[in-house]
Amino acid sequence: MEFLLFLVRRILWSILVLVGLSIVIFAIARVVPGDPARMALGPTATAQQVADLQEKLGLNKPIVEQYGMFIAGLSQGDLGRSLLTERPVNDDIRETFGATFELVLATITLAFVFGVPLGVAAARWKDKWPDTLVRILAIFSAVTPSFFAALLLQILAGYVLHILPTTGRLPHNMEFVASVTGLLTVDSLLAGRLDVFGEALRYLLLPATALALATMGQIARITRSSMIDVSSQDYIEASRAFGVPEPIRVFKYMLRPSFVPPLTILGLEFASLIGNAFVVELVFAWPGIASYGIRTILQKDLNAVMGVVMVSGVFFVLVNLVIDVLVGFVDPRVRIRGSR
Amino acid sequence: MSDALLAVRNLSVQFTTYGQTNQVLKGVSLDVPARSQIALVGESGSGKTVTMRAIMGLLRTPPAKVTSGEIFYDGHDLLTMPTKERLKLRGTAMSMVFQDPMSSLNPVFTIADQMGTILKYADRRLGRSRGNRERMARVHEVLGQVRMRDPERVSRSYPIMLSGGMRQRVLIAMALLSEPKLLIADEPGTALDVTTQAQILKLLKDLVEERGLALLMITHNLGVVRETSNYVYVMNKGVVVEHRPTADLFEAPRDDYTRALIAAVPRLTGGTSFGKAGAAA
Repeated sequence: MEFLLFLVRRILWSILVLVGLSIVIFAIARVVPGDPARMALGPTATAQQVADLQEKLGLNKPIVEQYGMFIAGLSQGDLGRSLLTERPVNDDIRETFGATFELVLATITLAFVFGVPLGVAAARWKDKWPDTLVRILAIFSAVTPSFFAALLLQILAGYVLHILPTTGRLPHNMEFVASVTGLLTVDSLLAGRLDVFGEALRYLLLPATALALATMGQIARITRSSMIDVSSQDYIEASRAFGVPEPIRVFKYMLRPSFVPPLTILGLEFASLIGNAFVVELVFAWPGIASYGIRTILQKDLNAVMGVVMVSGVFFVLVNLVIDVLVGFVDPRVRIRGSR
Repeated sequence: MSDALLAVRNLSVQFTTYGQTNQVLKGVSLDVPARSQIALVGESGSGKTVTMRAIMGLLRTPPAKVTSGEIFYDGHDLLTMPTKERLKLRGTAMSMVFQDPMSSLNPVFTIADQMGTILKYADRRLGRSRGNRERMARVHEVLGQVRMRDPERVSRSYPIMLSGGMRQRVLIAMALLSEPKLLIADEPGTALDVTTQAQILKLLKDLVEERGLALLMITHNLGVVRETSNYVYVMNKGVVVEHRPTADLFEAPRDDYTRALIAAVPRLTGGTSFGKAGAAA
């Protein structure tokens, strides 16, 4: 019951944030200098043609009315047409978003699967060699720009060792359309195509690793410090006095309360994760939302830019909602207080 | 060696931090006979907590180091017995009631989960086993014994949902789970308001007397000493300066430090002296 109340509150907040986001995106898109209609038609177009397109796009209407149109479309899931591809922005985004989503999911998984145990090991052997090693690793991964990590990994694993593919999502000769979720790994399993699944994982590994490094370092550092903080709490000492064995103390009594800070950090880091994804996608020719987003930005394709930013924003808000729910799940204090 | 349940003999402990060595305990000896109620009193830094931690085997070595002495439990020296045997006693034969009910319970697990885990591993150390249902039955039973009105609801709660007094009762229940013979209480209730603390001390005393447990009460509070013990050890700067029956101590303290300690107890009527007989508390 208390969990439901907590959830409802969080969802209402998220909606409010999204409304704010839509206003900001719209305002920014309309104040940037340059005429989208002129950009789309090119320098040879006549003034009449430009005026016609402006009319068609509603660019000559009052700004409030334009926002109304934008919201009306948005509420029906319609983001308008792209001037660049001359297709509905929806279709463009649907095709590219799955790839980005898959990349980001794999990144978060990698960052947690490696970051948390590294942090636990560092805390367990504080000031001993494992701790020093993890701290050095964490600092390096945090200060290495992801495009640099991407290039290094690409050269090392792709061109020197020849163990992993360096570009794209699947081999050219493999025909498979991810039509259910847009995630190749999930859809291939649903279709029972294990060969596609294996290849998809191989293609995913390098870009996800490049993107995960920075986040992994952060998570390891935060897990380490929060484990150390929790380990000096009275309740850990008490469980020791009551004879609870060390593995249970470390992996149950210490790890669960220590899990909240890394989760929260992930929520905050998520924005820079999306930003980095844009660069990493370019390096690995990953057919995600990034290449589309960058092309549309350069072309001043307003509807598409707003669509990309809006979708990224919704993604960000949803991920943070999920994280909040997870934090509430991990820590009863949050959901009990949050429901009041 | 004496026939007391717990006998500490000539215990010396030093701490080394940042290259500096401090002798924290200097030859402490004390006896806790079976079914007795003993108090160990002293100000902060007198070494009473280190004594307690040494008895429970909770000292971290390093920085701590036992330089001499023995701690006998039931005739066996805890300091020289194999670790495995030592661990069998901790939390089972001898158990601890923790001081701060707000911070001594894990905030993210239910009471049932925490008590169940303690019981599970205590059983395992003792070579017993019981199913989940029996374990919960035992948890509820002990929660009832610490006068918890609705044990099942309490066991389903997270610590944040309970009051300070209830949490302190849970801590007592945790110590009683495996029917210890010796209970070491580290200033229980100090973090609570006076009325609740009085109730907790009363409960603790009743439980100890009902079950015939030995109680070692560690405290800085002479009021608590008077309420809960019949024999008292006074510690100062790592040394036991005086030990005698509690009533005698208040009647005619021998040591200067003890006299100062008694004189420092505030009185409701003003001034700080307990008076000659220490009549009103």
